[in-house]
Amino acid sequence: MTERITRDHVAHVADLARLTLSDAELDAFTGQLADVLDHAADLEALDLTDVLPTAHPLPLVNVFRADEPGPTSDRDEVLAAAPAVEEEQFRVPPVLGEEP
Amino acid sequence: MSARGLAAAVRSGERSARSVVDEHLETIRSGEPEIHAFNLVLADEALAAADEVDRRVAAGEDPGPLAGVPVALKDNLCTRGVPTTCSSRILEGWLPPYDATVVERLAAAGAVVVGKTNLDEFAMGSSTENSAFGVTHNPLDPTRVPGGSSGGSAAAVAAGFAPLALGSDTGGSIRQPAALCGVVGVKPTYGAVSRYGLVAFASSLDQIGPLTRTVSDAAMLLEAIGGHDPRDSTSIPEPAASLTEVLDRGVEGLRIGVIEELSGNGLEGIADDVRSRLGEAASVLDTAGATVETTSVPSTVYGLSAYYVIAPAEASSNLARYDGVRYGLRIDAPNTGDMNTATRTAGFGNEVKRRIMLGTYALSAGYYDAYYGKSQKVRTLIVQDFARAYEEFDLLLCPTAPTTAFPIGEKTADPMTMYLNDVCTIPSNLAGHPAMSVPFGVGDDGMPVGVQILAPAMGEPTMFQAAAVLESAGSRS
Amino acid sequence: MNVEAIAPETVPGWETVIGLEVHAELATATKLFSSAPNRFGGQPNTNVDPVSLGLPGSLPVLNEQAVELAIRVGLALNCQVQRSVFSRKNYFYPDMPKDFQISQYDLPINGEGWLELPDGHRVGIERAHLEEDTGKSTHVGGGGRIHEAGYSLVDYNRAGVPLIEIVGAPDLRSAEEARSYVAELRAILVTIGASDGKMEEGSMRVDCNVSVRPVGQAEFGTRCEIKNINSLRSLGRAISYEARRQVDLITSGERVEQQTRHWNEDEGRTHKLRSKEEAYDYRYFPEPDLVPVEPSDEWIDAIRAALPMLPRERRLRLAEAASIDTSAAALTVERGLDDLAVDAIAEGADAPRVLVHAENNLADGAGRLDGASFAALVKMETGGDLTATQTKTVLATLVAEGGEPAIVAADLGFEAMDIGEMEVLVDRLIAEHPDDWTAFISGDEQERKKKSGFFVGQVMKATNGKADGRAVNELLAHRARS
Ligand SMILES: [Mg+2]
Ligand SMILES: [Zn+2]
Repeated sequence: MTERITRDHVAHVADLARLTLSDAELDAFTGQLADVLDHAADLEALDLTDVLPTAHPLPLVNVFRADEPGPTSDRDEVLAAAPAVEEEQFRVPPVLGEEP
Repeated sequence: MSARGLAAAVRSGERSARSVVDEHLETIRSGEPEIHAFNLVLADEALAAADEVDRRVAAGEDPGPLAGVPVALKDNLCTRGVPTTCSSRILEGWLPPYDATVVERLAAAGAVVVGKTNLDEFAMGSSTENSAFGVTHNPLDPTRVPGGSSGGSAAAVAAGFAPLALGSDTGGSIRQPAALCGVVGVKPTYGAVSRYGLVAFASSLDQIGPLTRTVSDAAMLLEAIGGHDPRDSTSIPEPAASLTEVLDRGVEGLRIGVIEELSGNGLEGIADDVRSRLGEAASVLDTAGATVETTSVPSTVYGLSAYYVIAPAEASSNLARYDGVRYGLRIDAPNTGDMNTATRTAGFGNEVKRRIMLGTYALSAGYYDAYYGKSQKVRTLIVQDFARAYEEFDLLLCPTAPTTAFPIGEKTADPMTMYLNDVCTIPSNLAGHPAMSVPFGVGDDGMPVGVQILAPAMGEPTMFQAAAVLESAGSRS
Repeated sequence: MNVEAIAPETVPGWETVIGLEVHAELATATKLFSSAPNRFGGQPNTNVDPVSLGLPGSLPVLNEQAVELAIRVGLALNCQVQRSVFSRKNYFYPDMPKDFQISQYDLPINGEGWLELPDGHRVGIERAHLEEDTGKSTHVGGGGRIHEAGYSLVDYNRAGVPLIEIVGAPDLRSAEEARSYVAELRAILVTIGASDGKMEEGSMRVDCNVSVRPVGQAEFGTRCEIKNINSLRSLGRAISYEARRQVDLITSGERVEQQTRHWNEDEGRTHKLRSKEEAYDYRYFPEPDLVPVEPSDEWIDAIRAALPMLPRERRLRLAEAASIDTSAAALTVERGLDDLAVDAIAEGADAPRVLVHAENNLADGAGRLDGASFAALVKMETGGDLTATQTKTVLATLVAEGGEPAIVAADLGFEAMDIGEMEVLVDRLIAEHPDDWTAFISGDEQERKKKSGFFVGQVMKATNGKADGRAVNELLAHRARS
């Protein structure tokens, strides 16, 4: 049986997902997530040893696009959607740390 | 009047598209304040589009098979220059620079978009109570939910705001609200309708489909939006199936199995009245010449557990892009990481946060195999069990939802109780198979009951044959 | 500490173990998953579309040519080309429009293979997979340094450009070998048309895993990954610095911690980015918006058949033709002069002379020179019809203008000097410069060399370079003995 999700797990996961939770939310979410995952514990009854995973319901393979340039977006339209713009680029606050 | 009837009247010049659209806008004006089916009503745009249809008719051009028919779009379908919110604060102010494929196809068919409908935020929910813009009420009893997540679309059709609506169905989000609002709802075969321009919830499960008052309208709408789209890699490379022409073929000789696990006593709280209607529907099909038997599709009962791992896992990744950098909401902070966090914390509602965290956990190091990996294997079992069942049967039958529409607020406190609404609809999403809900009588509370017809991949024509039979029996009852 | 002065491989008793991960942009017309152009530079945010911006509702569609180029790379690196699946690598970063990168994880398009260095040493390739590039941030304020910047500006022109990530085995043992590996890989990528391989423009980027161990120890030491290496020069410097740092840590009783480190070119050092514990949890899972790639045998065979001759094959061919080893053939191949050399040798030209000209006199390319004229010219030289200097002059004319070597030589007035004429000239020069001649006869080897240079120079001066320097030397030696 998989260990039950803890408050610490939820805090860590919130961090990974870039969400902040208050203490009260952390308690509530921990209980709710545990309920859902407990329900998933019914899967433990299944023998899945020789079962291959299905990632996708379609049997399609090799779906390609020809390497031909198509239309590009209108830059003004694209930048108009952005919360902050400078020099035709998307402006963001300082980035701490490099790409992982 | 049905969409089919309206289109015929407009095409023949008997009625103007403008009068059709005007009439529906009037119904919206009077009914919408109570129902709140829409996030946005596009009155001016609809009238302009109607005038263009009328111009085409006058000029002798083909105005398309859905000429002048009002259609409501779930607000997770991209519409160029028109707000597309997914009922989330995080997409505040976003105007997509492009139309979804289905939106293009509707326009080409002459349909007229009258508005964008409310949904559970990012299609996560079964009651349309998880919208940042307020709940939608069931037109048949406004104290009750319309179901979800395509509750706005189902309510719009049930309220007569539009004869046609599009929804999206990831775990039952078209079929369950269709059942609760007493309309027809279809989740097509995965890949039958392009997902290009559908804001993703769980990509391997999402499908766009019709919500309509009649089976025939659903067939027309699906014909208009279906068929291959090179912009979606998971689009089946075939034209849309012909459905309107098979509607009168009946069910003579068809073998239909009633899924025991999803309709038997007590399982996951299938209500007695719902079970009774299912039994009656089975008799109708039997009487109409089909062979109807109870059958077992054992792994379907594990669908719910697998779904509530797989869908959140995909969602956690799909919704990462709402980070305040390129579009939508931004809550400022001293650095980009904190800005991402502040934006997402303020922009997402609780249900979305819950599923993002659930999915992040299911994919995280050390838990992947136990949750995501295992759920994918369960998906295989479900596919295999369905394949076995379809060796014996052409179609399968079970309830759409365990109960009729429940009161607003009744299930909001406990997410797991809400999730149980999807127990009968989820297996088809996991398998990628088509399924549809057809209204069939009412429950003890007088609210509509939906019967669900399931078919193997690309089995829409047979599925629609059975739906047409149930519809005509249901309307007699 | 001058890190360049102390190459780690010279620290007695220690061995450096290096494995490289190379990202190369594929030379397609459009991006990996959309039809936006794959173009270097340009006005910011002009080569974008809904897919490259990660807009809600947008979907990826795989570029067939990118797959073909990836297969070319796999075949050129002797990899197993196989069924592959795209996965999502999840992490937040403003350069990355979807906040996940579509990459390949457990099922890469190219499995294990190998690459052979010019010296014949084979380096293992663990995999070579397809993935999309990120956009580019400019950090404004704080001198452009990320940590001190006031804010950043993001341009998504590069987002979605197809990359091949080539993961090499930890088979390299020195900075020099690592540089040789990158140079060879680059040559292969350019030869097969997969990438322009320009490190300075960022279309080829190298991450480097370095560990050290005492000579003779079988197991690897703890490795550090070094990022931000932008040239072959910084690759060598970074490896040297990092290996030295690790040896110093160990010899002073400390332990090497598994880390990701950043190479700072200005400071000439690496610094810590994050430790193993801080390693990101990427939550890889199969990309549901794409379907598997299953290249057919027919497709793979057709791609293989169309591959041009690779640098390794070219070295082997030249080495065989010239009876040299592959290292000696490397420079000529690198310069793309091997076809010419092989042709000339096949026409009967003297292989050593052919290679001397290729290495010394054709550095800027062969121009209008063809194998047959090259062979004819070298034959004139070895036959004594032209001196080395004359040959070089004729060669330059052939490169620039083409033509028949014999006619070009005649036009230049290069006729072989009569040996009798030369004897008279040499004897006259000996008589005119008795002191130099005495120094030539009785001086030590160095003096003798110096004076022979003097006499050859005088002969050349008197003949306008027509004389054969070697013949003059022989004549001087003969006179000295008699
Ligand atoms: Mg890597
Ligand atoms: Zn990479």
